[in-house]
Amino acid sequence: MDRKTLIVSREDWSLHRKGYMDQLRHIEKVKAAIKNNLADMVSEESIIYAEGKKVIKVPIRSLEEYRFRFNVNKQKHVGHGTAGSKPGDVIGKEQLGNPQGAGGAGEQPGMDYYESEITLDELADMVFEELCLPNLQEKRKKLVEKDTFRFNDIRSYGLMGNLDKKKTILVNYKRNALRGNPGIHGIKPEDLRFRTWIQEPRWETSAVVLAMMDTSGSMGTFEKYIARSFFFWMTKFLRSKYKEVDIVFLAHHTRAKEVSEEEFFTKGESGGTKCSSVYQLALKLIQERFPPEDFNLYPFHFTDGDNLPSDNELCVQLVEKLADVSSLFGYGEIINPYYRSSTLMTSLKKVKNPKLVTITIKDKMEVFEALKTFFFCPDNKKID
Amino acid sequence: MSNELKELQAAIEEIYETASRLGLDYEDMRFELCPADILYTFGSYGMPSRFSHWSFGKSFHRLKTLYDYNLNRMYEMVINTKPCYAFLLEGNSLLQHKLVVAHVLAHSDFFKHNVYMKRTNKDMMETMAVNAERIRQYEFKFGRAQVETLLDALLALQEHGDFSLWPGPEAKQEVNGKKLVSPYDDLWQLGLQEQNRETSLAKRRLPAHPEKDLLRFIGEHSPVLEEWQRDVLDMVREEIRYFWPQMQTKIINEGWATYWHLKIMRQLDLNETEAIEFGKMHAAVIQPSKFRINPYLLGLKIFQYLEQEQSTPALEQVFWARTTENDISFLRSYLTPKIIDELNLYVFQKAGVDWVIKDRRADAVKEHLIKSLFNCGIPVLFVEEADYRNRGELYLRHSYEGEELDVPYLEKTLPHVYLLWGRPVYLETVVEGKSMVFSYDGKKNFRHAGGSKALV
Repeated sequence: MDRKTLIVSREDWSLHRKGYMDQLRHIEKVKAAIKNNLADMVSEESIIYAEGKKVIKVPIRSLEEYRFRFNVNKQKHVGHGTAGSKPGDVIGKEQLGNPQGAGGAGEQPGMDYYESEITLDELADMVFEELCLPNLQEKRKKLVEKDTFRFNDIRSYGLMGNLDKKKTILVNYKRNALRGNPGIHGIKPEDLRFRTWIQEPRWETSAVVLAMMDTSGSMGTFEKYIARSFFFWMTKFLRSKYKEVDIVFLAHHTRAKEVSEEEFFTKGESGGTKCSSVYQLALKLIQERFPPEDFNLYPFHFTDGDNLPSDNELCVQLVEKLADVSSLFGYGEIINPYYRSSTLMTSLKKVKNPKLVTITIKDKMEVFEALKTFFFCPDNKKID
Repeated sequence: MSNELKELQAAIEEIYETASRLGLDYEDMRFELCPADILYTFGSYGMPSRFSHWSFGKSFHRLKTLYDYNLNRMYEMVINTKPCYAFLLEGNSLLQHKLVVAHVLAHSDFFKHNVYMKRTNKDMMETMAVNAERIRQYEFKFGRAQVETLLDALLALQEHGDFSLWPGPEAKQEVNGKKLVSPYDDLWQLGLQEQNRETSLAKRRLPAHPEKDLLRFIGEHSPVLEEWQRDVLDMVREEIRYFWPQMQTKIINEGWATYWHLKIMRQLDLNETEAIEFGKMHAAVIQPSKFRINPYLLGLKIFQYLEQEQSTPALEQVFWARTTENDISFLRSYLTPKIIDELNLYVFQKAGVDWVIKDRRADAVKEHLIKSLFNCGIPVLFVEEADYRNRGELYLRHSYEGEELDVPYLEKTLPHVYLLWGRPVYLETVVEGKSMVFSYDGKKNFRHAGGSKALV
């Protein structure tokens, strides 16, 4: 046999980046695919209800390479067993969800692993990319840093004027008890406790969002879900893009009240509907706390529109007033496909103020559309 | 040259000697040490010089991630070219390199002698580099997105070609059933054409016979493809044509390499630690899987039985099999019930959410194994008509043999065909025992019950 030539070498491959570049292109395409499906994702229940769990990840399939292929679930396959393997033995279960970290993942026929995932924050960034607060104007009170004082600590030295009598007595009692003579007596300097403060900077807000939601009996599970997912993404959006925006949560049926964020997202009520109640409350709050010359105001109201007919006229007047003082008034009516009657929307048609923006939502998928309509951002005004 | 390389070179020379003495006949070799990410890049592209596409990047990302988590290790990448290139993972121990080199030499021998491999283009490294460069030029000229969309469609359909050893003649020109010998022969037919109008209409049917080579057919007859797009189509065809024989010989080729690395390593002088390391590595290579055939293990077993069971001269039969068989014929001829039993092979299927063993009988296992290898596991499609409904629409038929197509995938693939054909496309197949026609008209997918062009 003739002798074969042999070359053994080692080259410099550091400039061979093709694999990484095409990998990047794949990731780009996955992200683009997610973007095209944002409407789907925005109404994903698991995302809305998982609020609070910071670790939630949205699993994303890698991009499929479609081709003509057999249906693996109907095909017969051949594998290796052990001497004891017999017909009827179960060798594996279909893997649903995220088979993360499992070495066997992707081993089963037709199983594509989840290759990339994005966090809720990344998803939010994509959702919010196109959104902004419209008609935002500089108000008299600019964003100024002001120091405020907050008493939040107890120390054993301090100004006598800040003496914390209760804490002092407790310390005295404890000390006496340790000596075997309980009671409050013989207060010494070492028993004294003083309240102290820290100086903290505070941002004066110049934009306020009034989130108003109908919680009356006519708002079914679907309607509440739509309203909440809108407000969920809205709050997330405002908090991520505008650090200085105040959000006030107002819930109403025939009467309106200001509620905490948690209550707003979890509590259900019942009863009839008088939308004027919440508009009145909003106007009152604006008058008392958020004068329009100091704040950009953004009232948003979600309801099924099933308002007490006699109340509609009043509502129109109030909405006109609100729209006048606001940068934008968003009114969203959730339409239950099974139940329709004349609604507040019909009456609101009379309001001619361009700052009143109304939309209707019939489907989960339209939540994203609603966000885009209300927070429409003309290109030149995009904020980073 | 560094010490490591010198040591490796000496080791390879020893393996060369042993392999040649035992009868292996390989090509001239080029060994290159490279880092893991480079090796995995080559593994994903199939060739270092291949063109760029995100699907290769996706595969690279996956392989590399598995490697980073220590779930998978690729030791080598050997390329069917002349000379034969072998890329070794740098950082491997000398013993690991030895096993890999022995394995690679057997692959090289297989590339050189197996009939399915012999006819492949042995300059493919350069050919692919030229193709990649041309595709890059098209990207500059027509835009990256254009080229990518085209490649998406071509890669989706690339497996639908005619890859038989002796494929039919490339579309010969025929007029009235007579083959044209010279370019002027059709002149003789001028007078006849009027008389035979009826028959000629029938004959003009395109394709004259159902055509398996979908991509070639589209390349030749698509009314919308531009010259550069046809050029890219031809490149993709050329490359898949090169890879197809490797897909056809996975079990026999890996079995052959495993059979030989075992034989060669046993001839070498190994100390105790090396022997253990070798044992571990070999065991990892032939580790069986519940869900699929391990080609290294199955191929190895068959070759070993072949060697034992044949009377003298034992090795002759083994070499004969390596020269003449592909996976299907190899299993058909040599996969005995004894081997199936020893490897505890079984047929399994989905039942609800469970994967369940269905059958352990040797004949059933053999039948399903061979069936799964038919056409490399790719459904066979034929072009039935290129002028369907007299509207230039493309009608394809799946040659159904008891295994259904993946319908969601099918419906997402039809738009790729549409992109290349430019007119509505149809695919006839069988779903749940009933004939179905799926179509795509450029905007929407449609499904119709009933086949055999029941739509007209």
